[in-house]
Amino acid sequence: MNSVVCISHVPDTEARIKIAGAKVDEAGLKFIVSPYDEFALEEAIRVKEKSGGDVTVVTFGPDRAQQALREALARGATKAIHVKGESGDADALGIAKVLAATIKSVPHDLVFFGKQGVGTDNGLVGPMVAELLGYPQVNVVTKLEVGDGRITAHREIEAAEEVLEAPLPAVVTAQKGLNEPRYASLKGIMAAKKVAIDTKSIADLGLDEGDVLRQRVVVVSLELPPEKSGGRKIDGADANAAAQEILNYIRSEAKAL
Amino acid sequence: MAGVLVFAEIKDGKLKKASREALTIGRKLAEAAGGELSAFASDAAAAEEAGRYGAKKVYVAGVGAYSTESYTAALAEAVSQAQPAVVLFAGTSDGRDLAPRVAARLNVGVASDVDRLEWTDGKLRARRPVYSGKAFATVEVTGTPAIATTRPNAFPAEEAGGGAAEVVNLATPAENRVKLVETHTPEAGEMSLAEADIIVSGGRGLKEAQNFSYIRDLAHAIGGAVGASRATVDAGWIDHQHQVGQTGRVVSPTLYIAAGVSGAIQHLAGMSSSKHIVAINKDPEAPIFRIADLGIVGDLFQILPALTEEVKKAKAH
Ligand SMILES: Cc1cc2nc3c(=O)[nH]c(=O)nc-3n(C[C@H](O)[C@H](O)[C@H](O)COP(=O)(O)OP(=O)(O)OC[C@H]3O[C@@H](n4cnc5c(N)ncnc54)[C@H](O)[C@@H]3O)c2cc1C
Ligand SMILES: Nc1ncnc2c1ncn2[C@@H]1O[C@H](COP(=O)(O)O)[C@@H](O)[C@H]1O
Repeated sequence: MNSVVCISHVPDTEARIKIAGAKVDEAGLKFIVSPYDEFALEEAIRVKEKSGGDVTVVTFGPDRAQQALREALARGATKAIHVKGESGDADALGIAKVLAATIKSVPHDLVFFGKQGVGTDNGLVGPMVAELLGYPQVNVVTKLEVGDGRITAHREIEAAEEVLEAPLPAVVTAQKGLNEPRYASLKGIMAAKKVAIDTKSIADLGLDEGDVLRQRVVVVSLELPPEKSGGRKIDGADANAAAQEILNYIRSEAKAL
Repeated sequence: MAGVLVFAEIKDGKLKKASREALTIGRKLAEAAGGELSAFASDAAAAEEAGRYGAKKVYVAGVGAYSTESYTAALAEAVSQAQPAVVLFAGTSDGRDLAPRVAARLNVGVASDVDRLEWTDGKLRARRPVYSGKAFATVEVTGTPAIATTRPNAFPAEEAGGGAAEVVNLATPAENRVKLVETHTPEAGEMSLAEADIIVSGGRGLKEAQNFSYIRDLAHAIGGAVGASRATVDAGWIDHQHQVGQTGRVVSPTLYIAAGVSGAIQHLAGMSSSKHIVAINKDPEAPIFRIADLGIVGDLFQILPALTEEVKKAKAH
């Protein structure tokens, strides 16, 4: 059972965002493996531990994105492919085209994504790749069982969960709750250093860089939200008075009752 | 080429609220673009309600319950017949599953989870929260059709008073490879976070799992959904479905009440766009107060039951 896991390298969730033009100022930002991609990676490693095969991690991004691949190798991925390019200049479909072409170049049964990348907050790339490859998809998965040529996956929907069955190869996007991602061990970190990362350009994949980077969704401006100054703060020592105050607020200001 | 097509989702024989919101903003975009509003639905029964929201045509394919592949094929067919300038999906689980799939088939982009939309200079312009709400991007969608998914609760749902839309039947597309085995509804009767107008959230200040009853009681009385901080989900007090924040749901209800939630940046990421925020916390320095419109410094175990009683009384009138 071979898996490919697409991981993106994103600013730390704790980071304060600064803006330069219509982009995030990357100077001084710490980057991490996007949190949902960690669940995707962990699941692929577990599949490998159970039924053998390779876990190939793929990232499309600038030089710094190699760190994400090293981290994944240290946790248990067996192969890594880095497609170099300014992924920040591409939109989701551009990224999906790069990843679909890369995935085609390696043997695979399962293709994993995060349900959404932190930062872009799109939730687009996984299903787009599934469409480009013509594969079935199960999105926002909280539980996965891999059987003979099929998967059974639990998909989170509004206040409920669907249990779905799909033939392989298939695309799965990972939701929190799918598993508890492991940390890299010291041994893993040492071993990861010995794995050669396969580095490619967009052109190596037989793609037209102009098409990949042709934005169909163009960011015109990027702004920080207006500082909320905080509203009224009252003492709630008298619970009944406080409850009355809240109710008044809900009725007359929020108009929610 | 100036119309707007909306994916209209049906639940229990009615259009979902999020779809009614998408139809409403779709109608405004169509007016601005000088085109017609149409809808796609899985059942002709949607024609009357969609008409009230301004749809002139409803494209219908007998695709049954949601499944990615048949719906993708049916929507692509509706797009090829309607030739819209814009296609909107409500940002529900199914809308978010389908929009990128349809977009990739049509080789166009998607503006995801938008909270503002306008038609200017012959283009679709959208605003969307990025970096978990730490920034807002204004984007232009250049392809035809331009696709967007709308954030539930970010747009009003307003009827336009039209008659039933004309039904256009589409051929039923091919089989789905993905089969639905079963649906689990873990907590029957509970409202989903994404579409809720009111959310009552609890944090570690609740001290233990059973105390979520304080949150549930208020949510029930006020007609809202139950939210939770990650600390409580990680502690196993409540299901992950309820988690609000960076690694949970991003919500923007009319009213968000947080009790015993400190207001960590990852929690704020999921709820700071709520229209009205009430926080109850015993620590006057808790960061949640920085974004609360009304902050109560006090003990949730005293205040929540009192508030639940007040709400019940108010509703009884
Ligand atoms: C990558 C990453 C992603 C994350 N994603 C999320 C996410 O999606 N959602 C999320 O919520 N968190 C998330 N977190 C965790 C976040 O950093 C916080 O740890 C978490 O939100 C804290 O939960 P809490 O407010 O319930 O608990 P605490 O921070 O422990 O706060 C409890 C609060 O309760 C108050 N309190 C105690 N007793 C009472 C009482 N009797 N009456 C009133 N108030 C009382 C205390 O004053 C305190 O402010 C994430 C963290 C990381 C690193
Ligand atoms: N540049 C990238 N390289 C590799 N994988 C990516 C990249 N961008 C997005 N992905 C994958 O696609 C998922 C969804 O991303 P997004 O559509 O941006 O929210 C992420 O969780 C990753 O699994």
